Amino acid sequence: MEKRVTFKGWTLPLLLVLPQVVVTAVFFFWPAGQAIYQSAFIPDPFGLRTQFVGFGNFIFLLTDPYYLASFRTTAVFSVLVTVVSMATALWLAVMADRIIKGSGTYRTLLIWPYAVAPAVAGVLWLFMFNPNVGLVSWYLDVLGYNWNHVLNGNEAMALVVLASAWGRISYNFLFFLAGLQAIPKSVIEAAAIDGARFWKRFWTIIFPLLSPTTFFLLVVNIVYAFFETFGVIHTITAGGPRQDTTILVYKVYADGFVGQDLGSSAAQSVILLVVVGALTIIQFRYIERRVHY
Amino acid sequence: MSTISLKSIRKSYGKTEVIHGIDAEIADGELIVIVGPSGCGKSTLLRMVAGLETVTSGEIAIDGKRVNDLEPMDRNVAMVFQSYALYPHMSVFDNMAYGLKIAGRPKAEIAERVAKAAQMLQLEEFLQRRPRELSGGQRQRVAMGRAIVRKPAAFLFDEPLSNLDAKLRVQMRLEIKGLQRDLGVTSLYVTHDQVEAMTLADRMIVMNAGVAEQIGAPLDVYQDPETVFVGGFIGSPPMNFIAPREFAGPDTDLPDPLARAVAAGGENMLVGLRPEHMALCAAGEAMLTGTMRYVEPLGAETLVHVALGDGTQITVRQEGIAEVPETGATCPMRFDPAYLCLFDGNGKRIRTGG
Repeated sequence: MEKRVTFKGWTLPLLLVLPQVVVTAVFFFWPAGQAIYQSAFIPDPFGLRTQFVGFGNFIFLLTDPYYLASFRTTAVFSVLVTVVSMATALWLAVMADRIIKGSGTYRTLLIWPYAVAPAVAGVLWLFMFNPNVGLVSWYLDVLGYNWNHVLNGNEAMALVVLASAWGRISYNFLFFLAGLQAIPKSVIEAAAIDGARFWKRFWTIIFPLLSPTTFFLLVVNIVYAFFETFGVIHTITAGGPRQDTTILVYKVYADGFVGQDLGSSAAQSVILLVVVGALTIIQFRYIERRVHY
Repeated sequence: MSTISLKSIRKSYGKTEVIHGIDAEIADGELIVIVGPSGCGKSTLLRMVAGLETVTSGEIAIDGKRVNDLEPMDRNVAMVFQSYALYPHMSVFDNMAYGLKIAGRPKAEIAERVAKAAQMLQLEEFLQRRPRELSGGQRQRVAMGRAIVRKPAAFLFDEPLSNLDAKLRVQMRLEIKGLQRDLGVTSLYVTHDQVEAMTLADRMIVMNAGVAEQIGAPLDVYQDPETVFVGGFIGSPPMNFIAPREFAGPDTDLPDPLARAVAAGGENMLVGLRPEHMALCAAGEAMLTGTMRYVEPLGAETLVHVALGDGTQITVRQEGIAEVPETGATCPMRFDPAYLCLFDGNGKRIRTGG
């Protein structure tokens, strides 16, 4: 029998859930509702009047080559950020798990980047890679490589991916390390006695047993790449060159607040909402099945 | 086929030495039980043989080949862990097949060997299950199966039965013994349970504080303990240890070695006597006198607990039907001098008549 708390009246339970409901309503339902409402209108250039267009904004967006390119950019960007940050974090965590002496210091140092705000991180990376005064670009120049992310779209993408992934590594590292330490030592020893060497053990025992952690991080990192990388992109490339690093979230901002096309911006928000919802469902439906708990 | 030899094995963690030089030769097919209280270093010793701990000094050889510097996977041993250490994400079949798959055996051979082990362990119907869907006893069998299919040079058991309930433990003990006999694989078995050690072992190594106090066949160790520790640890209830002056009654003929010890006033000496070699008797023939404290009737036998003059508690084992004195009554006791063991002040056995 499941134990349930029974309340006598409605007042107390309502009061208890009220804060959560209020927060969700004010910060999610109301803005989401507004976005859906506004997505059906086009405001005039001065924002004085609006004109009802139904699905016009959506139809325009889905046939707009720039918007479709932004989809592709977002896909590339979020896959790269997720893969780079998770793979690096896993590698670091595996190494940190193996060392005994000085592991505390090592861990603390690895956790620090998490405390750096995305915009600050963006500026840091921008300085390092600045085509004129950046240290890294200077060294690349010495090596014979002419780095200029202001002109080269691929380099711009690489830089924002690097900067976004860097801030994420700490977070992923913490979870991976905790996950690794939760694997019973004796299971790994048993595998060693069974004849498996380190990397064999890693792929056949450790990695499968880490899958709940990996799955969780996958979801969190993709959502991060979709939404929370705004600061990094804004400070480093502002979506450029052309639109090569304009991910969907950045386009919502650029079209709405820079381009003043609030209707299209609202429609993009709605599309984004649907995309993220769909992604989450797909992740839980199909990937979770392959996860060993 | 396979022998294991340990030559003055030592193990230190930093400056603390936990194993102080252990020598043992394990013959092919022999089942050796390492028994001792927790923290005596028995598991560390086993883990050194497995290759999971480094050897600080000394030499471990399997089949005459020094393995000190070999990785666990290169030692051709199989280990059964206390926690079973099954791979939780694999089926029973895959758990057992893991070692063979890594060794790159052909699929047909793997299937055959797993099937054979599963049959031996009555696991056939569970092959497709995950470990979490099995009971404790079944998991234990899978852990055994995983060791068996590999046909290793040696089995290493690290307290494999301590997570099972008492009844299952007795049953599995017999099964392990049977399997080991049938397969004839050299085995090292670590336990803190002296009953398990007595019943399983061909020979046992009694360890205390990093030292092998005695190595020998269970009954030899039981009847002829080398040290006070061994006498007290092996046997339930343990051996009684009595100061010689307790025997110094006015009108008893003490047996020779004891009489001499008493006469020499061996203050720190101890006399060791097993409870079954002592008996309550009439006042006239007493060799020793104490006060009755309490009894533990176990049915077939009764354990009579007696306090001696200096407060030492001893146990006398007698038939369940024998009469028991009342609590607080004076208890005259005698014993069979043939079984008497004398220990010096350091707890070492004094051998006499040699």
